[in-house]
Amino acid sequence: MQTYDVAADGLRGLNQALQAQNEETNQTAWQVNNPKGAHAIAVGLDAPIKVTVNGSTGYYCAGMNQQAHVHVKGSVGPGVAENMMSGVVEVDGDASQYAGATGHGGLLNIKGNASSRCGISMKGIDIVVHGNIGHMCAFMGQSGNLVVLGDAGDALGDSCYEARFFVRGSVKSLGADCIEKEMRPEHIEILKDLLERAGADAKPEEFKRYGSARQLYNFDVDNAQAY
Amino acid sequence: MKDMDNKIPQTVPIQSATFSNPINAEIRRAAATGIYDIRGGGAKRRVPHFDDLLFLGASVSRYPLEGYREKCETKVVLGTRFAKKPIELDIPITIAGMSFGALSGPAKEALGRGASAAGTSTTTGDGGMTPEERGHSTKLVYQYLPSRYGMNPNDLRKADAIEVVVGQGAKPGGGGMLLGQKISDRVAEMRTLPKGIDQRSACRHPDWTGPDDLEIKILELREITNWEVPIYVKVGGTRPYYDTALAVKAGADVVVLDGMQGGTAATQDVFIEHVGLPTLACIRPAVQALQDLGVHREVQLVVSGGIRTGADVAKALALGADAVSVGTAAMIALGDNDPKWESEYQKLGTTTGAYDDWHEGLDPAGITTQDPELAARLDPVAAGRRLRNYLKVMTLEAQTIARACGHNHLHNLEPEDLCALTMEAAAMARVPLAGTDWYPGKAGF
Repeated sequence: MQTYDVAADGLRGLNQALQAQNEETNQTAWQVNNPKGAHAIAVGLDAPIKVTVNGSTGYYCAGMNQQAHVHVKGSVGPGVAENMMSGVVEVDGDASQYAGATGHGGLLNIKGNASSRCGISMKGIDIVVHGNIGHMCAFMGQSGNLVVLGDAGDALGDSCYEARFFVRGSVKSLGADCIEKEMRPEHIEILKDLLERAGADAKPEEFKRYGSARQLYNFDVDNAQAY
Repeated sequence: MKDMDNKIPQTVPIQSATFSNPINAEIRRAAATGIYDIRGGGAKRRVPHFDDLLFLGASVSRYPLEGYREKCETKVVLGTRFAKKPIELDIPITIAGMSFGALSGPAKEALGRGASAAGTSTTTGDGGMTPEERGHSTKLVYQYLPSRYGMNPNDLRKADAIEVVVGQGAKPGGGGMLLGQKISDRVAEMRTLPKGIDQRSACRHPDWTGPDDLEIKILELREITNWEVPIYVKVGGTRPYYDTALAVKAGADVVVLDGMQGGTAATQDVFIEHVGLPTLACIRPAVQALQDLGVHREVQLVVSGGIRTGADVAKALALGADAVSVGTAAMIALGDNDPKWESEYQKLGTTTGAYDDWHEGLDPAGITTQDPELAARLDPVAAGRRLRNYLKVMTLEAQTIARACGHNHLHNLEPEDLCALTMEAAAMARVPLAGTDWYPGKAGF
């Protein structure tokens, strides 16, 4: 077990040490202490390691993550796991804006609530939020799955492409070109798998599915009022 | 001689300056289609530009350097502020960001070949980095755009510099749209979107707003790339003093400033022609901001938008830029709008020099297309050679001017070397109107 004190030893040394790990590393477990809301903690990782952050972080924690499992025992600031490619990012507390923004892959598992624009421009990432999400979530979402055990705020899935949204609670409003869709057996399977991986206590049948009506995929002046 | 007839003199037909034929044609087009005009390129309207400036040359008070004999350096280093590995270029002319998607694969390859042969950098664009582009570019700047299409950390680490794109001169404050007809299988895969649909490029970054956030975003990018490569911030010309100051505050190594003549792959004509500042009007306020912050030459300024000749390069540098960037001119050097395609341009309802429907993917020159047959028309080796030649000629031209002004480095050109032909240019460039020692706004007059 490796330990690192961010407050004492600085951000640069932490990221250098974590980024130096590769497929063959035997330093697979890291404890990061005293993050004290620092930005860009554990960014750009690309190794199958487990990083536990003991406290809350600032912006872009686990940004662009590949392979690593980053577990934050606290809350996270804006842009957690932004542009994640693979691996797992787990947040015990709440997440601020843009959680999982533009993520291409991997699982972002938020045990608390997520603020606005969670999953914005998502490109394949899976996001599970155990609490509620704010407004404009999954705006222009391209691919991947956003699962919400609680409620969703205004304009869910606005201008989305092929991303899927599963919400157990209420949806305050749907964004442009986002509609409720039939929950088919393959969606139940996807959802079941995600809920299991996220350790969520919920049944797939309790959710509704939302996604793109695909009416805005090609510009049409008659749709101008929708923009 | 008597009057031959009793004809009454007639008023000759007078075309309205306000409702000109082009304006009327656009009104009719809009009425017929119900949609605004979308096109590529930059502002076509006449705006004060580098043509409105002249160099004074040496005289009794200055002595020139000998052409062909005495050295005039052209090297420039970008990213000296924080990056461990600044970019060293042989010439202060770089290739602007243009996407694979907007341009064909061979066109991107040609840009890389030409830039590398001339000792300078090229830049990716919306849609990510292609292996061909990386392979043929000695120095490659990776654009970090709002859409994040194709953005991944592996490519980020392969870049020689990162350019955070906040805006561009053709459409400051606007996003983009790559129309469905240009979305080939490969483009669709790189952008994680279905084939054939219009792909919207966002106007704002998805995970930061404002300069304080940008500072943290730059920190993240530096942490991911081990503080090695320079971070550029590109802005469209709107409020150049404040945008430059805020980019510096956010931690940029290089500020890229793009005026309204700078091109785009596609946007609304009304946006291109009516939003933003001419390039000439952007430079002095940006330089002023760098000087006020004490970082002129420490944070480099790259200017783009309508750079065509070595004279333009020299003038931009004389006004305080460290380097320039060319996009449209580079495309023309590759073969865009070449008269040899005139018959095909006419079939598309246009003519050589005016073709700007780059978004439609029907480019006869094979540059702004994803059609394999059209794209195959461009030989990337030959086109790259043309680009290299063009870059070399511009450099020689700029050196010629610098020597005539008595300078042994292009960076030694200064505003004092210039005068302006018009009041507008004098005001924007803050150099005296020709034959006077005055420019509008100068204190004491």
